[in-house]
Amino acid sequence: MQLLAFLIDGLLIGFVYGIAAMGLTLIWGVMNVINLAHGPIIALGSFGVYLLFTNFGMNPYLALVVVAGLGLLLGMLMYLIAIQRVIDAPHLSTLLATFAINMIIIGIGTAIFTTTPRTVNFSLGSISAGPITILGTRVVAALASILVTGGLYLFLYRTTLGKYVRAVANNRAAAELMGIPSGRILALSFGLGTMLAAIAGSLIATFFPFTILSGGIYELKSFVIGVLGGLGNPLGALAGGLILGVLEGVIPAFITTSWVPVLEFGLFIIILLVRPTGLFGAKK
Amino acid sequence: MKRMRFVLTIVVLIASVLLAACAQQPTAAPEEAAAQEVTALIGFTASQTGSYNVESTRQINGLNLWMNQVNDAGGIKLADGSVVKFESKFYDDESNKDRVQELYTRLATEDNANFLISPYSSGLTDAAAVIAEQYGKVMITTGAASDSTYQKGYTLVFQTYTPASKYLTGAADLLAATDPSVKKIAIVHENDKFSTDVSTALNDYALSKGYEVVIFEGYDSGTTDFAAFINKIGETAPDAIMGGGHFQDGSTFAKQIFEKNVPVKFLALLVAPPEPTFAELGDAALGVIGPSQWEPLANFDAEAASSAGMAWFGASSQEFTAAYTAAYTEEPSYHAAGGYISGLLLQQAIEQAGSLETQAVKTALENIDALTFFGHVKFDTTPENHGLQVGHSMVYIQWQKSGDVLAKQVVWPAEGASAATVYPIR
Repeated sequence: MQLLAFLIDGLLIGFVYGIAAMGLTLIWGVMNVINLAHGPIIALGSFGVYLLFTNFGMNPYLALVVVAGLGLLLGMLMYLIAIQRVIDAPHLSTLLATFAINMIIIGIGTAIFTTTPRTVNFSLGSISAGPITILGTRVVAALASILVTGGLYLFLYRTTLGKYVRAVANNRAAAELMGIPSGRILALSFGLGTMLAAIAGSLIATFFPFTILSGGIYELKSFVIGVLGGLGNPLGALAGGLILGVLEGVIPAFITTSWVPVLEFGLFIIILLVRPTGLFGAKK
Repeated sequence: MKRMRFVLTIVVLIASVLLAACAQQPTAAPEEAAAQEVTALIGFTASQTGSYNVESTRQINGLNLWMNQVNDAGGIKLADGSVVKFESKFYDDESNKDRVQELYTRLATEDNANFLISPYSSGLTDAAAVIAEQYGKVMITTGAASDSTYQKGYTLVFQTYTPASKYLTGAADLLAATDPSVKKIAIVHENDKFSTDVSTALNDYALSKGYEVVIFEGYDSGTTDFAAFINKIGETAPDAIMGGGHFQDGSTFAKQIFEKNVPVKFLALLVAPPEPTFAELGDAALGVIGPSQWEPLANFDAEAASSAGMAWFGASSQEFTAAYTAAYTEEPSYHAAGGYISGLLLQQAIEQAGSLETQAVKTALENIDALTFFGHVKFDTTPENHGLQVGHSMVYIQWQKSGDVLAKQVVWPAEGASAATVYPIR
């Protein structure tokens, strides 16, 4: 029964990890860009909800929709300003471009918000059964993650724009020859990736405190999840998130929590060695 | 003409004599006073720049307040009848350990400071203490909680803060005084040196007091998700949880313990609870206890000393708070109180010694065992831990409801308490 409590908590947070990783892996899958600004964008998502909640009393889940829209626009803007010019340059250029964005966001964020932790004082209560207590906010976060994943799947597989995205991801030159405006599709893809990061940040804000630096740890987890689930595979990212969440939830039941990162990153290395395409296959 | 010159000469002579007399009269008094008035130089470094700027500034504000008060009151009378007034000499240490050693050497050798006050922080103080000892100067340390500085064989360095090893032992005493039937404690702490040292000392102390420590485990700095950890604590069903680390993890831990409905009777955490922003946790903050070196609320006064059968000297907590607030238009933090008590201890020692001689003041400091506005003060005099603070106890605050508003109350030690402990909290 007690082990079930560990498992449920791990699964619930795993969904949020999955959404965060999905943003990173989508950008990699479509445009082969490692987005080092992923962490700060997660933190910006948290701040977006915080500001709308504390200043306008907006429900955090309504605020999440606003933040998601802003995340999409911010991502497209970032692409047009910083990524577009170096998209065909060697990987190091895009890596440095996103690292520059990362530093700019952290610098401005620290100047405005300082690094004092912020909290969104919002609660949906909890459900208790014996030793198991499940928080409402975590359940809603898991449901929202499933909803977003479903929405992304429908978008990619059931809409023309989504098909364009997949086409560009598969073969950009061929997609361009077929008349697909690859520049705009790349901007949209980057926007979608940052939108997912912002959504993850928004959900995190409903139960964890955060600073502008908090996104770093989720960015790191996103890389592990990306490798676990297969880089460029959004559904694999969700599955990877769940695996990581369960590991983090259950390992402490048996050994001290200090071993959690050791085992997590140990697994990361093993997957890279044994199955570099990830458990669910990377983008071909 | 000759007569005229003679008269003029006489007039000039008389005028000169009168002028000389007039000129001598005003100098006669100061010379007399100067024979009785002595200036004692207090040397220290302040972190006017660098990472310790805020805390150091408050510490120096507290020290300056003491100095102004004692000088305005006419100074301290020594055994030989002379009166001591104080002056300070300080340099900016830039929050840098290397600068501290260079500057304290200058204070001791070139400026000939009579006494030294430590810089802010354990690291800088440790660097300064060796210089004080080397040049034979009494140093009162403040803003520095590390135990190790006093385990190096120094004889002239005296600590005002409760050492890190005793940050949470008072919480175990408070628990024992509140509910002697409690036996099971969970100790969880951040995995950094300070929190680990404090928690290890608490673990040893709790075991020595007969408690059963059902879990003793650390969590990584920066942890935000304590769910698995709390599940683990839940398995061991402790009556009390103690430990923590710094503000962010401590406040998150307290919040998640509340959200998870952990049926704990007593919760004491490091660092986070005394911060005013801890109240933003709302109901999750209710009942949480935290240690602080000093709080304006602590009711330390002559009456409390008398009830506890202890000696007393200096201003009461209320008097210090009022004077500091009037001087600096902000409520004093424990850093400011630390600055003030360092001066007050020096004053008490000089008064008791009746002299500015290092050895006499050192002996007087070793004999101090009294209650002050800062709490109980007494120094270890054994060669192994000479100068370590053994009298002072952290004051423990608890967030309690005052009407609908959350407010801090001092609940321990009993002689400084402003309210009874709310127990059990869940």
